[in-house]
Amino acid sequence: MYRSHVLVCGGTGCTSSGSERIVRALENNIKSMGLEEEVKVIKTGCFGLCALGPIMIVYPEGSFYSRVQVDDIPEIVEEHLLKGRIVKRLLYTETVQENTVKSLDQTDFYKKQLRVALKNCGVIDPENINEYIAYEGYQALGKVLTEMTPEEVVKTIKDSGLRGRGGGGFSTGMKWSFGAASKADQKYVACNADEGDPGAFMDRSILEGDPHVIIEAMAIAGYAIGATKGFVYIRAEYPIAVQRLQHAIDQAREVGLLGENIMGTGFNFDMELRLGAGAFVCGEETALMTSIEGKRGEPRPRPPFPTTSGIFDKPTVLNNVETYANVPQIILKGAEWFRSIGTERSAGTKVFALGGKIHNTGLVEVPMGTTLREIVEEIGGGIPDGKKFKAAQTGGPSGGCIPAEYMDIKIDYDSLLEIGSMMGSGGLIVMDETNCMVDIAKFYLEFTVDESCGKCTPCRIGTKRLYELLDKVSKGKATMEDLDKMEDLCYYIKENSLCGLGQSAPNPVLSTLKYFREEYIAHIQEKRCPAGVCKDLLRFTVDASKCRGCTLCARSCPVNAISGKVKEPHVIDNDKCVKCGTCIEKCRFGAIIRK
Amino acid sequence: MKSLAELQALRDQMKDQMGIRHDAKDNIRVVVGMATCGIAAGARPVLQRLTEEVAKRSLQNVTVAQTGCIGICQYEPVVEVFENGKEKVTYVKMTAEKMARVVTDHLVNGNPVVEYTIGAATEAINQ
Repeated sequence: MYRSHVLVCGGTGCTSSGSERIVRALENNIKSMGLEEEVKVIKTGCFGLCALGPIMIVYPEGSFYSRVQVDDIPEIVEEHLLKGRIVKRLLYTETVQENTVKSLDQTDFYKKQLRVALKNCGVIDPENINEYIAYEGYQALGKVLTEMTPEEVVKTIKDSGLRGRGGGGFSTGMKWSFGAASKADQKYVACNADEGDPGAFMDRSILEGDPHVIIEAMAIAGYAIGATKGFVYIRAEYPIAVQRLQHAIDQAREVGLLGENIMGTGFNFDMELRLGAGAFVCGEETALMTSIEGKRGEPRPRPPFPTTSGIFDKPTVLNNVETYANVPQIILKGAEWFRSIGTERSAGTKVFALGGKIHNTGLVEVPMGTTLREIVEEIGGGIPDGKKFKAAQTGGPSGGCIPAEYMDIKIDYDSLLEIGSMMGSGGLIVMDETNCMVDIAKFYLEFTVDESCGKCTPCRIGTKRLYELLDKVSKGKATMEDLDKMEDLCYYIKENSLCGLGQSAPNPVLSTLKYFREEYIAHIQEKRCPAGVCKDLLRFTVDASKCRGCTLCARSCPVNAISGKVKEPHVIDNDKCVKCGTCIEKCRFGAIIRK
Repeated sequence: MKSLAELQALRDQMKDQMGIRHDAKDNIRVVVGMATCGIAAGARPVLQRLTEEVAKRSLQNVTVAQTGCIGICQYEPVVEVFENGKEKVTYVKMTAEKMARVVTDHLVNGNPVVEYTIGAATEAINQ
């Protein structure tokens, strides 16, 4: 038995900040102290506080160390693990107050969170099936196989009100009932792990931190609809997730939780991975299934829907990673329990990947109906440098911006649609007053132009033309008529595109036009970018009253656009200036103005 | 996995090993003084024996922890037992053998071993 467990985050965030080296240093130091029989080091999934990585928790004390460096390890091992003295200077600052150490779930970051899909992330060792089993793992599969009929499983999921977490928000139970009703010699279950929205990493964290939950949920779905085979379509850009999921599948097979005659009930189910090559469109369900078949990932019109004719023209139920992560707990705790969380029409919780201009960048899970203000100000810790909140972007390239006046809106599927955004997969990017909304819309459009598969004209050419119009605005060359043209084009693309990618691509433009129209107008009429982002509209000038004539800016300017004598105010030649901003960084007197 | 029963047996066995990752508020906390004075007086074997005995008996409600110097260096190794709603019991001049007896008598059966406590030790000196 180990008297102490040291949990080190092995998610992608902490791995990139060096947690692998931390684990090795820990193991070496523990060994040299002769503690290897008493202290166990476990690499877990994401804790959520990625901004503070590498993260480490020591039990039984529950001490939460943040930003741990390799050099700190000998001290932690000798002081904490050997002598039992917590190294306070390395604790997450919010847990150390007035000399008492607060437990982690009492901190602002975790207090308002409710972890259902992320229940095991940062708690168990994702590479050890036994740890998953200790936390009720595979009990739900056992329950459906021994106590429930497939119809009862479908009914439970339907009654729970679970809706697709990938973006659309379609009822999962309805989807399963369609799949169950289809007649065929072979059916498939599939999992969409092709998380492609810029800034979103919810699914990756679940796969890295708790891979078995996906296996268990897919087996349950297989039992419910009568499928014996599952596919997980996962991005090749997620190497840790791919490796852990494959490892988990191998382990499950080894102990007989995948394969034939599972738990002696006669139920057969097995699954395999399919790696995506990084095309955004393959997150769209019909394109994803085409790609699984080994063909070029292009969408096709619906109907027929996948539940009638999916992978290899067989009925297929396709759900998102986070959707599956909710299933085993719904089976074990019941539909009523799940319904009791969240809002009336959006049951349960939602995981958000918090990013952008916010203190606590990371992963949070909150009940549906939590307000944007609670997420940004309380859990996220607000906006750095005392700047003001301007908007939050949800739903990635398919979503829209929520302006400050809607900060108190309760976030669920329907309320976000009403204000012109969407839940999407859960990326939540916070923007402050230094973000230009035209620039943001342009960024997302550039992404969709790149990622349009080219099969249908409205998306292929429409998004390109829309991008060109946005480019004109950002360069101050657009006219007011262009704004109307843009809006018309947006609706045209939405109505005529073949798949979700094109149908939702204009959303970032439409929502910024709706809420930040005055910014567009400033670009067009005043040739001015209010946030000071669009380079072509910027002018750099020297404030003569502040300039001391130190010549530092003139010497740093890469194009020699600054001239002036020593100890006299300098001047910037705006014809030569390339607006690189080097002079602002170099000036020690704040004499250079960017407008 | 041949049956659900087999899965449940594995779960219960694994739960024992992972109990310390819970915030167990009604746990008995056994704290060993592991400052320089404690280690010099032989606290390491005491801690090791404690861990072994707790594991052997699957005492899920016992948390083993260490602490620094509590100021009675002449009585080290010191082991303290904290139980909710009860007075703290302080054992002094501990050895691995004494530790094993404390686990059986006190942690399992609920009878503190009075003769090892600091009260008994100071009385002996006073007499």
